[in-house]
Amino acid sequence: MTLMIGIPRETAAEEKRVATVPEVVEKLIKLGFKVAVESGAGDTANCSDDAYRAAGAEIIDGAAKLWSSSDIVFKVCVPTTEEVGLMREGGTLIGFIWPAQNPELMQQLAAKKATVLAIDSLPRQLSRAQKMDALTSQAGVAGYRAVIEAANAFGRFFNGQITAAGKVPPAKVFIAGAGVAGLAAIGTAASLGAIVRANDTRAEVADQVVSLGGEFVKVDYEEEGSGGGGYAKVMSEGFQQAQREMYAKQAREVDIIITTALIPGKPAPRLITAEMVQSMKPGSVIVDMAAERGGNCELTEPGQAVVKHGVTIVGYTDLPSRLAKQSSTLYATNLFRLAEELCKTKDGIINVNMEDDAIRGLTVIKEGNITWPAPAPKLPAAPAKPAAAKAAAPAAKGHGHGGAGAPMAGGKLAIMFGVAAVLFWLIGAYAPPAFLGHFTVFVLACFVGYMVVWNVTPALHTPLMSVTNAISSIIAIGALVQIAPPDVADGRGLILALAVLALALTAVNMFGGFAVTQRMLAMFRK
Amino acid sequence: MSESLVTVSYIGATILFILSLGGLSHPETSRRGNLYGIIGMTLAVLATILGPRVTMAGVPWIIGAMLVGGSVGIYAARVVKMTQMPELVALMHSLVGLAASLVGFASFIDPSMQLVGAEKAIHEIEIYIGILIGAVTFSGSIIAFGKLSGKIGGKPLLLPARHWLNLTGLLIVIYFGNVFLHAESVADGMLPLIVMTVIALLFGIHMVMAIGGADMPVVVSMLNSYSGWAAAATGFMLNNDLLIVTGALVGSSGAILSYIMCRAMNRNFISVIAGGFGTGGGTPAAASGDAQPAGEVTAVSAAETAELLRDARSVIIVPGYGMAVAQAQHTVNEITQYLREQGINVRFGIHPVAGRMPGHMNVLLAEARVPYDIVLEMDELNEDFPDTDVAMVIGANDIVNPAAQEDPNSPIAGMPVLEVWKAKTSIVMKRSMASGYAGVDNPLFYKENNRMLFGDAKKMLEEVFVALKS
Repeated sequence: MTLMIGIPRETAAEEKRVATVPEVVEKLIKLGFKVAVESGAGDTANCSDDAYRAAGAEIIDGAAKLWSSSDIVFKVCVPTTEEVGLMREGGTLIGFIWPAQNPELMQQLAAKKATVLAIDSLPRQLSRAQKMDALTSQAGVAGYRAVIEAANAFGRFFNGQITAAGKVPPAKVFIAGAGVAGLAAIGTAASLGAIVRANDTRAEVADQVVSLGGEFVKVDYEEEGSGGGGYAKVMSEGFQQAQREMYAKQAREVDIIITTALIPGKPAPRLITAEMVQSMKPGSVIVDMAAERGGNCELTEPGQAVVKHGVTIVGYTDLPSRLAKQSSTLYATNLFRLAEELCKTKDGIINVNMEDDAIRGLTVIKEGNITWPAPAPKLPAAPAKPAAAKAAAPAAKGHGHGGAGAPMAGGKLAIMFGVAAVLFWLIGAYAPPAFLGHFTVFVLACFVGYMVVWNVTPALHTPLMSVTNAISSIIAIGALVQIAPPDVADGRGLILALAVLALALTAVNMFGGFAVTQRMLAMFRK
Repeated sequence: MSESLVTVSYIGATILFILSLGGLSHPETSRRGNLYGIIGMTLAVLATILGPRVTMAGVPWIIGAMLVGGSVGIYAARVVKMTQMPELVALMHSLVGLAASLVGFASFIDPSMQLVGAEKAIHEIEIYIGILIGAVTFSGSIIAFGKLSGKIGGKPLLLPARHWLNLTGLLIVIYFGNVFLHAESVADGMLPLIVMTVIALLFGIHMVMAIGGADMPVVVSMLNSYSGWAAAATGFMLNNDLLIVTGALVGSSGAILSYIMCRAMNRNFISVIAGGFGTGGGTPAAASGDAQPAGEVTAVSAAETAELLRDARSVIIVPGYGMAVAQAQHTVNEITQYLREQGINVRFGIHPVAGRMPGHMNVLLAEARVPYDIVLEMDELNEDFPDTDVAMVIGANDIVNPAAQEDPNSPIAGMPVLEVWKAKTSIVMKRSMASGYAGVDNPLFYKENNRMLFGDAKKMLEEVFVALKS
């Protein structure tokens, strides 16, 4: 028996998204599922009933009928009490749930003996889970839209121009928090031509900021701000003081501030005070993407765009929904990837495999039993660091490795140094001084060869070998000095013969080696 | 020319050699690098001839020997085909090895060296080691030449208890070394020296015979390194710093190349030397019998291949030894040029051990006048395969084998490979379904997005080119 996936119309006010789009319906049907869509569900996201029908979905009028005929329901918003009431006993629900914030909803769903997969509870640190990460896809859309909202409210160009009508300076944009949304905003603002600066308490994102065309503004205070699961953590008082000073300075300089700072399970941190808003140039814009969680700006009014002290403060909480077609498409693909994971047999039956780290994390209710929160997936994220440091320390101690190759294990290195020390001691103890002179030269030359050759491009390995081969015919010198030394003694016939033969052989090598190298190198061209 | 002037010239030559090796690290400076090498060599040879160690009596001999050897060398360099480069290089290594041995013998019977005590012992050790390395290089290179030119089969020859044989050989060499050191006269010393030389020759043969065809690039660069060490040992023997420095330069650079090769194949250097890779596949393959790739391969025609190429926006070509064997590099270049004129992004992905010596593919493509800036290393484009429409594999097998990543029991597990199967379509050109040098079956052929184009690489590519233009 194949299961029916139901797509109800989202009932929340101002919610324009829909949980799947016609392109994805086709893919779901290929997985073996049947798909039913409530009439008008996709209207606000530019997906007509006809398009769904053409993709193979059944169109059902009325939410009640849809919910009762669906085995699995895909939703965007957290379901309302009425919706849970409509749900079939023992059915499956996939969508945003936020179990921590909605304990009552969890109880209602459990009472329905439902299986619930909360897309927001995905263990995001699993790289395998990224394709299902709806938080990321929606945050990306939100970051883009935040810049568009800012541009809409801002009275000037983003890019600098020099025109016949005068010079236009580029807009300066400051982005607080370089998570997914922040990075999307950086990329969008930079591609519009603005000067983009960004800050994040996690120092490791600096490279990402730069790669998108932004400039990373550091807080002048040493503290690492990486919390679990790719989020930031609450910082110390000293750090916050330094951070406030930096924000105050940025507020005076920039035209647009976009804030994205969130800390899981806590109200959004207050980054922009009323005084900072006051210090901004008139006509400036603040887009507070954390408005839903209280806002990063003191003056934000969630859901509203307001003008205070001449600064437009945009506190919309529905940024992804304002780009409904895009966010729906991405969300639909996330859910499709999840459906793939649940239905590996492609026969339209789902298997909620609790052994799978990703599925385990997602599943907040399994057949009426609340399984949230899931245990942390077994990831050796933290221990990797000290181990690497340990390995690096002895390697740095005096082993000039030419900056390449993996550092050797400490023990192996110690043995090598030990053996070398014994060898050198033996040589020093027994060898005559003349030999030591040559030996010094020899060891140094080995190192020079090593340094010189280490960086050769692989394309030139063959010419390099043929040139070193030609150079090794330097052994001709050995033959030369034996052919006719000044203090000629008797019985040199054999020596002469050997030396001449050796010279002839090396001459083949010498001339042939250089000639063939020359021939090869002449062929390399751009 | 005084002794001091000679020494100064030697220093100049040393610097030029270092510059030469340094110059060879980039295509733009490489030709100058070769020139430095030639100047350095000329300087060193002239300084020696004009110096106090060579009298006028030797000059006719020198000129004669240089003329004969030089003309042979230049002739060989002119006529050699680029596909035969590995053989030529191996053969040349053998000459250096032989010369080192000869110089060692000459030095030993030279009565003008009158040393006593520790100096005499050291000098004799130097001779002994110099001849040893020279002989190993000589016979090893000859075998490598035979294997590369197909005169000797590529399969490794594994004698029973080969490690014990080698160890016994080493012990005998050490024993006779001791006898040699205590020999009173030249005549007494000759016997141990000759016994050692024979053992060294046998050891060189045995060592290279035990190495499989897939490891040949490592062997060639290792022998290169040996020829350097042989020169360095000769330098010690003759108290000549130029020989020591140059030998050490060549020796260490060859050793590093071998190391780079080994790393590219994810193999332990020691295990390559110990040999036996490439046939051992029998047992592990049987053990992981259930992991054998199975399924249908999809064959395509030359016309369909042309169709795929024409509709692509980006193409990556992965050449292997098969391209060299079929001499197909010129046709590859014609196709590349045509596709590039159509605005298709064509690049070449070169695996570090593709072919039979390091950088073999680059030389062949350069010969066909493929611009070197579209010839990229594995690491440079391996991440681009998911965005590539067509990956065309020409006569390569092990270097594109997904088993290296997917099957931990595979003999090539862990070896870095070009991930052609991640491209939208991969086309493998092969003569038959035979396995590569490593003797491992290739699950790539059975992948859904893979197509097989059977036939001789050159003939099929010509057909593809005709179909492209029509």
